[in-house]
Amino acid sequence: MDKILDELKKELKEIKDLSKLNELKAKYLGKKGSISELSSKLKDMAAEEKKTFGSVLNKIKTDATNLLDEARSKIEEENLNKKLENESIDITLPSTKIPAGSPSILEKVVEEVEELLISMGYDVIDGPEIEEDKYNFEMLNIPKGHPARDAQDTFYLKNEEILLRSQTSPVQVRVMLEGKGKKPIRIICPGKTYRRDNDDATHSHQFMQIEGLLIDRKVSLSDLKGTFDVIAKKLFGEDTETRFRPSYYQFTEPSVEMDISCHHCDGKGCSICKNTGWITVSGAGMVHPNVLKNCGYDPKEWQGFAFGFGAERLAMVKYNIDDLRVFYTNDIREMRSFDRKEAE
Amino acid sequence: MIDLEWVKDYIDIEDENLKELATKITKAGINIEKVISNHIDNLVIGEVIECASHPDSDHLHICKVNVGSEILQIVCGASNVRKGIKVIVALPGAILPGNFEIKKSKIRGVESNGMLCALFELGLEEKTEEVYNKGITELDSKAKVGEDPLKYLGLDDTLYELDIHKHRNNDCYYHIGFAYEIAAILNHKVTLPEDKTSPIKENIKDYFSLKVDTKKCPYYLAKMVKDVKIGESPEFIKRRLSAYGMRSINNVVDISNYVMLEYGQPLHFFDKDTLGDNILVRDAKEGEEIVTLDGVKRKLKSSDIVITDGEKPVCIAGVMGGENTEVTEKTKDILIESAIFDAVSIRYTAANLDLRSEASIRYGKGLSYEYTNKAIERACHLLEKYAGAKVLTGTICHDKVDKTPKILEFETNEINDMLGIVLTDNDVKVELGRLDFPYEFKNGKFKVTVPSRRLDIDPNVNDIAEEVGRLYGYNNLASTLPNTVVRKGRYIGDVKYRKLASKRLRSLGLNECKTYTLVSPEMAKLFKYENKENAILPNPLSVDKSVIRTTLIPSLLNVYNYNKARKVNNIMLYEISKTYDKDYKEESKISLLMEGNYIINEWNNTKVKVDFYLVKGIIENILDYFGFKNRYSFEKESISNMHPGICASISLDEKRIGVIGRVHPSIEKDDVYVAEISLNALMENVKPIKFKPASKYPLIKKDLAFIVDKKTNSLEIENVIKKAGGKLLTDINVFDVYTGENVLNNEKSIAYSLTFSSDERTLSEEEVMEIFNKIISKCEKEIGAKLRDK
Repeated sequence: MDKILDELKKELKEIKDLSKLNELKAKYLGKKGSISELSSKLKDMAAEEKKTFGSVLNKIKTDATNLLDEARSKIEEENLNKKLENESIDITLPSTKIPAGSPSILEKVVEEVEELLISMGYDVIDGPEIEEDKYNFEMLNIPKGHPARDAQDTFYLKNEEILLRSQTSPVQVRVMLEGKGKKPIRIICPGKTYRRDNDDATHSHQFMQIEGLLIDRKVSLSDLKGTFDVIAKKLFGEDTETRFRPSYYQFTEPSVEMDISCHHCDGKGCSICKNTGWITVSGAGMVHPNVLKNCGYDPKEWQGFAFGFGAERLAMVKYNIDDLRVFYTNDIREMRSFDRKEAE
Repeated sequence: MIDLEWVKDYIDIEDENLKELATKITKAGINIEKVISNHIDNLVIGEVIECASHPDSDHLHICKVNVGSEILQIVCGASNVRKGIKVIVALPGAILPGNFEIKKSKIRGVESNGMLCALFELGLEEKTEEVYNKGITELDSKAKVGEDPLKYLGLDDTLYELDIHKHRNNDCYYHIGFAYEIAAILNHKVTLPEDKTSPIKENIKDYFSLKVDTKKCPYYLAKMVKDVKIGESPEFIKRRLSAYGMRSINNVVDISNYVMLEYGQPLHFFDKDTLGDNILVRDAKEGEEIVTLDGVKRKLKSSDIVITDGEKPVCIAGVMGGENTEVTEKTKDILIESAIFDAVSIRYTAANLDLRSEASIRYGKGLSYEYTNKAIERACHLLEKYAGAKVLTGTICHDKVDKTPKILEFETNEINDMLGIVLTDNDVKVELGRLDFPYEFKNGKFKVTVPSRRLDIDPNVNDIAEEVGRLYGYNNLASTLPNTVVRKGRYIGDVKYRKLASKRLRSLGLNECKTYTLVSPEMAKLFKYENKENAILPNPLSVDKSVIRTTLIPSLLNVYNYNKARKVNNIMLYEISKTYDKDYKEESKISLLMEGNYIINEWNNTKVKVDFYLVKGIIENILDYFGFKNRYSFEKESISNMHPGICASISLDEKRIGVIGRVHPSIEKDDVYVAEISLNALMENVKPIKFKPASKYPLIKKDLAFIVDKKTNSLEIENVIKKAGGKLLTDINVFDVYTGENVLNNEKSIAYSLTFSSDERTLSEEEVMEIFNKIISKCEKEIGAKLRDK
């Protein structure tokens, strides 16, 4: 009887597809199959013999079934593998392009500053771009006829009273007036500003400022320095060094210009820092007592600092861009460099 | 510009390294942009002890020159070189202007170890033919061999080119004011120059009367001198003026300029004989004329100030003198004016007449009355000494200057709090001493009198903190953070919504643009889909940028064209920006422009082309993102500059908030799609998120297709279906639109998939069928739709 199994094994070796396997199964285990035929002999056997023969027969049946099942899974696996192999593709062919959007370069820089300062408790707020003279100048300690107005040649709209704002500082005035001299203030005001400059590599009649204002009961110039340090390191890297230089603005006193060490030459001197090792990126200072007073804050009780960045300037320094017009040309080929987020 | 040799007249800086000093001054706030030094290394005084002709040349000489430490052989081509003269020798290693380095060399076979120089070769004299023909510079016999020749000639000046912030450009743009700044930094004292005179008995009042009839002249002071002898200026004045960049004219004119550069006070000299005897200072009459020193006839405005001889103008105050009273070679007697005029008025007049001079700039910045007095005395002294003038006794004077000193009271801790530093009372005393600010200190309080030369300082603690701080050194400040309440900031108002929309649009693959608010009138006329007029700048820089835009679409179209011209394909742009109408009403807008393939893979033919429906999808995506699902609709509307068949208005809660469509082919032949919506409209309508659980009960889907008139739009059919469907109809979706075979020419087939569900129970087939049939009959009745395949 072992012969049957040997034969089966031999036949199985030849079989490559499922229909043949089914035929083979019928040949051995089908109703008229060779194993079934053997079991028909059982009825003529004596009880003792029946028992022995029966158990042998059962074993053969089980073994044969196992052999056939094994062969089936093997063939099925081979079939699947063949199918998968046929489905195999050239993964080196080009992808389907999913569009990737990008921020404008200016907005990217603005958002970096916003992100940091929001985490430091500053609200981000904007105000009207068409402003009143009193918010843009007068309340900021720049009365009519003041020479500081000459430098900010302004687009007036009506009677020298309505203008396109020449700085984002009027937003600070508005927020201070809202605070009614009672609430501490922590804001930054990024936004568009306008001055009568002809557009060239370093001038633009439209540009973006990011101004910050902090008013509280005890604020010092050293606090401004610390704040600037944090911003400079965030924007230009941890190794960035900073320095203050005395300066002058009508709405701050003391006023400073804030420089960062040139990250292109590590302070050794190059064309970008004009061989000084330092790049000026911000003007700032302690809020002038007249401005505090004008906006309802008592300078005896409240102090504050204000700082201003030019977004174009920051972007130019950060990305080594030498022409300011780039930001308003919107060349998609250039914008595509900014469709990603830098890991921090 | 400040000449440091000149400053040495007032303060002892003999031992200072002037480059290092410049750094110190810059750190303390007066920005020195450039240190210009005439000093040249390896330049010595030499004596020619032998001079022979060069064997191979008809003009070269072989000289033996004693330079103190050695005797050098130098070949020289100058015609005036000869034995016994003292000369300027540039030794090997000296670098002359033009980066010309002197080296040991052989000239026609003869060794030469340096160069004998003329001043023009050192950049210290203009190279004219006359100067050139003179040959090398000869020093007088007193010159000491081996020493620095430029120092000997007084030509080794160091100049500081300043770039001063506005508030200090009145007191730091003259030499005495600058000396005070150096004094504060180095803790030295300033000595003012000699201004004594020996007046004659005659009094100016015998010659002149003065009347000031304008509010814009708070101070007018005049003195008179007689018998001046016009001639050349003394060397030091000529040299200093020339170093400053001023031409020497004659001793008298030079003195007026010299004193201005000393005290910052412009002076005006009138020829007394042409002046009459009544000085009247008044506002100019509108249209009044005067011929100024430069020979130009100028028409004045009533806002200008004039000095008159009682009737006709003789000088435009603070700006330029009149030709009629000019000091000439023949002038004998002079009236000297030292005055203060209204700064704003002078700036205005100077700008108006386009006459910006050293004088008008200084008047325009404001002047200290103390120096108005000092300057006139100093001028008289110099005129007496260098022009033989006789100074008359007395002055004529109009004085309405507020001389109340600015008094500043504060405590040390106020400065400490402001700067975040720790100074003692004594430290503050030292700083005030350096600044030469007189003070009293009583009961822990300082009372400081601000000197009148410091016009920039106002009596508040910030100003004194600044003075102390800059001398203390901002580099010495600590880096601290403000001691404030801990909180996280946030975006406020429109910025918040701008950020939200921006974030979504970027992730949908659009590139953010920044374009100009100011546009040309032609651009402003395009895509006028609202009833808005533009605000126009009364004084634009150019016509190109003269109108404030009400829509961003034309700007994005410009960006599109820019990129298309550079062969960029598949352009997806957006911008969010404020717009204004002619009443300056603000509206923030979100604008998009899309063209090409949104998604593309050419080799396997995957393409999602930008069309109306894609842009509509983007708009819906944003509106959904803001939470406006089921609250907006699109309605066909013809919009200027858009394709008449492919454009629509967008409404939110039945209020029009924007437009969408294809740009009219007459403007743009490519298939460019644009859309614009009002961010303000979105801001006003945002509602908070509410959680809505998914229905637990199964939904039932039914499909149907109608044949309708081709002009019937889907929204009309949907509206009927919705109404008939009631609450249990929870979704409608178009899954097929068909025209062609089996459908008449003027008809189309449109197929909907309807979803029915309830949050409360399982719907039965019967009740759904009842609604379904109702929908069909309503559509048949109301729109004349025919059910297809029936």
